[in-house]
Amino acid sequence: MYQFLTGPLLWLSFLIFFIGLIVRVVWYVRGLNWQMDRVPYTKHVSHGVKGALRSIFFWLLPFGTRRWKTRPAMTILFFVFHIGIVITPIFLLAHNIILRERWGISWATLPGPVADILTIGVLVSALFLVLRRVAFSEVRILTSAYDYLLLAITVAPFFTGFLASLKVADYPFWLYAHIISAEIMLIAIPLTKLSHIVLFFMSRGQLGMDYGIKRGGMKGRGLAW
Amino acid sequence: MPEGSLCNKTPVDTMEQLQALLSDRRGVTYYQEMDQLDVNKEALATAIQNTCKSRIRTWLEICAHCGLCADACPYYLVNDKDPKQVPAYKIQSTLGEIVKRKGEVDNDFMQYVMDTAWSKCTCCNRCGMYCPFGIDMGVMFGYVRGLCFAQGFVPWELKIGSGMHRIFRAQMDVTQEDWIETCKWMEEEQEDDWPGLKIPIDVENADLLYTVNAREVKHYPEDLAEAAILFHIAGENWTVASEGWEATSLSMFAGDWAACKMQVETVYDSMKRLKPKRMITTECGHLYRATVLEGPYWAGYESGQPPVECIHYVEWVAEALRTGKLKIDPAKKIKEPVTYQDSCNYIRNGGLGDIAREIISYVAEDFREMSPCREHNFCCGGGGGLNGIGRYRPQRDKGLEIKRDQILATEAKIVIAPCHNCWDAIRDLEEVFHIDISWTFLKPLLLSMVEVPEHLKPAED
Repeated sequence: MYQFLTGPLLWLSFLIFFIGLIVRVVWYVRGLNWQMDRVPYTKHVSHGVKGALRSIFFWLLPFGTRRWKTRPAMTILFFVFHIGIVITPIFLLAHNIILRERWGISWATLPGPVADILTIGVLVSALFLVLRRVAFSEVRILTSAYDYLLLAITVAPFFTGFLASLKVADYPFWLYAHIISAEIMLIAIPLTKLSHIVLFFMSRGQLGMDYGIKRGGMKGRGLAW
Repeated sequence: MPEGSLCNKTPVDTMEQLQALLSDRRGVTYYQEMDQLDVNKEALATAIQNTCKSRIRTWLEICAHCGLCADACPYYLVNDKDPKQVPAYKIQSTLGEIVKRKGEVDNDFMQYVMDTAWSKCTCCNRCGMYCPFGIDMGVMFGYVRGLCFAQGFVPWELKIGSGMHRIFRAQMDVTQEDWIETCKWMEEEQEDDWPGLKIPIDVENADLLYTVNAREVKHYPEDLAEAAILFHIAGENWTVASEGWEATSLSMFAGDWAACKMQVETVYDSMKRLKPKRMITTECGHLYRATVLEGPYWAGYESGQPPVECIHYVEWVAEALRTGKLKIDPAKKIKEPVTYQDSCNYIRNGGLGDIAREIISYVAEDFREMSPCREHNFCCGGGGGLNGIGRYRPQRDKGLEIKRDQILATEAKIVIAPCHNCWDAIRDLEEVFHIDISWTFLKPLLLSMVEVPEHLKPAED
């Protein structure tokens, strides 16, 4: 069982994940059209690149934009959630040990307590993200079961992984649940709006180019996001 | 009844069609016919297939439904935070559904789409600045308007407006003769006070080619005279075009892209014909947006640039003040508290926020910023064509409240609004709420305080 889950199924999951995301990016870029979008993507390149980078950079910076500044609670939730999701699995000691055993490679790892805090951060912020979907009318009206499903798919590997790491009871169950849920997540990413892990950069970059080239970027100081 | 005699999928290209629409008072018959109008589902599906590409599809798909766009929208705020006014909801429940259903929608649905696209969104693009993904719902509603127009679901006034552009190449029924006559008339009017003042028509290789909004010609020709006087004082080598003199685009508000192209090409043709160093617009926001920012794409210019460099009126004013072409009498600067209405079209979407402040530094002693301001400012409440649509007057008036409160908070007595739509909205705001403010374009303001060089003054008798 373990061999299958971490062997062929894992390979398949990563294959779908990487190829799917590449397809997403290629499809996005190929679908851009200077005349319909009214953005001359390939002209005025330096303004375009500058606009795109500014647009991505300020939004990746906690409190870097007016939106992040005016909604501090959401900003904290957002960054705790996303930083935990991205950093923890990549720099987790346990994942690195597996990598070293299989392929003989590994990189910097997080101290155990830090990984624990990041994981708890993901779980707690996810809980609050659910609560705001229920509590705030402006979020409730947009929310459907699909949003909860995606949140569950995203959080499940962290919840199961955390319990497995505690080794409290029924370790194999939580370990298998962790591996399976992580594989579900990897497969779901390119197939759902979780594809925003790459499309965020595409979409932000696109609007940045729009502002950087056409909407004042060549005249003003550049948009204060 | 699939197609009405007034409300149908055919754009207005003839005087007969235009007259028929105009004689239908307030569009009563037009909107009755709209209730019967069929949706051409295949055409809608084909349009989506051909024009809704990765940018918009991605925006629709990856929207995280987080609600962070909600309070970016003035209509959400002013309507007691009605969740149905959340930008993401508005676009998902309209364009999102059309795409999902592949065009399989009915008349009721299209009327909901039309009402949403024109009365709950002025395409101010503010929401796009507050979405972490950069989902610009103003851009999408611009696109939705095009889909609606093609199906005949467009507010009566805008069907007329785009028809005006198609017939007159102007937003109102002002002919080339009317225009030239008005130029001559305004020139003559100034003879006594401004000897030597000219409104030069069709001069080639001038430094500036001035373009206007047809309503100035039709309703406030003195605006043209004021422009001429200021150019005269500044010693500018300027001209207007006999053809292609009008650079606005109600067709942009209507989503009539074919008319947008026709209109902007006449302006670009005048640039190519007269070869000015630069084109300068009048004090109008959507004119700048249409002819300078969006027009090159309608006309198919891959560079995204118009044939010659184009500047907004505020850029010229700032430059004239900076270089001393226009000198302000310090004693005549405005002493009262004054504020500035940042137009979405040339501030948020044109990057001219600093330029506007530079002008203020020359003309006002007590300047009060609205909050928020610059790129983050709220729409005046009348943008995107909303000022002119009778069907949505209640929604428009409600929206003005947010601007009223912004202005009141500054305690300013004068609002400088160098944009026709903003100027109108603020005038109407004063009519509706009586908050005791005045509002002005830059031209009359500058004329009230500019120093006139001795040699330009009329000779004493």
